[in-house]
Amino acid sequence: MTKTKKTVVILLIIAVLIAIIPLFALKGAEFGGSDDAGSVVVTEITGKDYKPWFTPVMETWIGGELPGEIESLLFCVQTGIGVAVIAFFMGRFVERTKIENQKKKIK
Amino acid sequence: MSFTLKTIEEEKMNQKEKKIVSLAAAFALVFGVAPAANAMHIMEGYLPPKFCIMWGVICIPFLVAGYLSIKRTMSKHHRAITILAMAGAFVFVLSSLKIPSVTGSCSHMTGTGLGAILFGPSAVSILGIIVLIFQAILLAHGGLTSLGANTFSMAIAGPFVSYAIYKLCKKLKVNKHVGIFLAASIGDLFTYCITSVQLALAYPSENGGVLVSAAKFLAVFAPTQVPLAIIEGILTVVIIIGLETYAKSELTDLGFMNGGEN
Repeated sequence: MTKTKKTVVILLIIAVLIAIIPLFALKGAEFGGSDDAGSVVVTEITGKDYKPWFTPVMETWIGGELPGEIESLLFCVQTGIGVAVIAFFMGRFVERTKIENQKKKIK
Repeated sequence: MSFTLKTIEEEKMNQKEKKIVSLAAAFALVFGVAPAANAMHIMEGYLPPKFCIMWGVICIPFLVAGYLSIKRTMSKHHRAITILAMAGAFVFVLSSLKIPSVTGSCSHMTGTGLGAILFGPSAVSILGIIVLIFQAILLAHGGLTSLGANTFSMAIAGPFVSYAIYKLCKKLKVNKHVGIFLAASIGDLFTYCITSVQLALAYPSENGGVLVSAAKFLAVFAPTQVPLAIIEGILTVVIIIGLETYAKSELTDLGFMNGGEN
């Protein structure tokens, strides 16, 4: 393994660890979403319940809150689109470099 | 003889383990006392209309500059469009991953540092607003009314700070990858500082005003975001290393390879 490869692997391992450790370190924590928590602080500061003056368009369209499963589906779609684009171009770059190196060798 | 040696060794190991555990515990305690709450983007309908319009108007010149900047880069280096797509996709991926944090709640990264470093900060405003619109409409995450404010914090303020730090590190001859790490992670943190300020401006505390309120919001967001900012920094460096290895010619076009150590 080259030095760069090693660095990349080590960096990725550190990243994954930082992300995973809280899950095990804080057993029973909720890891709740953000929206409600943010509104709690707003309520705390203003001293009264704040009524949002606009509901998300999606909630208006489907007449209620987005079901949790559907929400995670949409988040996955977002991740999927991103990963697809990155992987596609990265794959092209990798192959291109390979071919260029082979050409150099033949010469 | 060998037996005693072994026990001593084991004891050493135990001591080391104990140290690690207590260190981890202290770490968790420091962060754990922070309130378990956070917000990623400002929620739909939570910003008074006055502020929605104000932030929206502030964003317009940046978006125009971003559009022109992307157009210019594309006409000059047509091949770099692949890298631009990757930078956009990077924002897509990172802002969709909700990561558990030490405070016991989740938050996500912004991913805007990469684009800012490669294409300049204004170009990222376009990439960022695409993601924000996607999330506001389909995911009820963020919102259309708070789009202006969220665009300003995530797609304008964060990237500009990233870019400034990247340039500063370059000037100070800091190791390139360390500079990128710092740029991406501090930019990520700064996004959430701006969000706090935006909320504080809309909801000044009754005793103490905007500053007290800002401190309150910041205390809620910052501890959650710190570890995520570190992850974002690491991932940005990894992507850059990948691009440096396999897409050298595009990066040279963009002027990224000049003046680096590699």
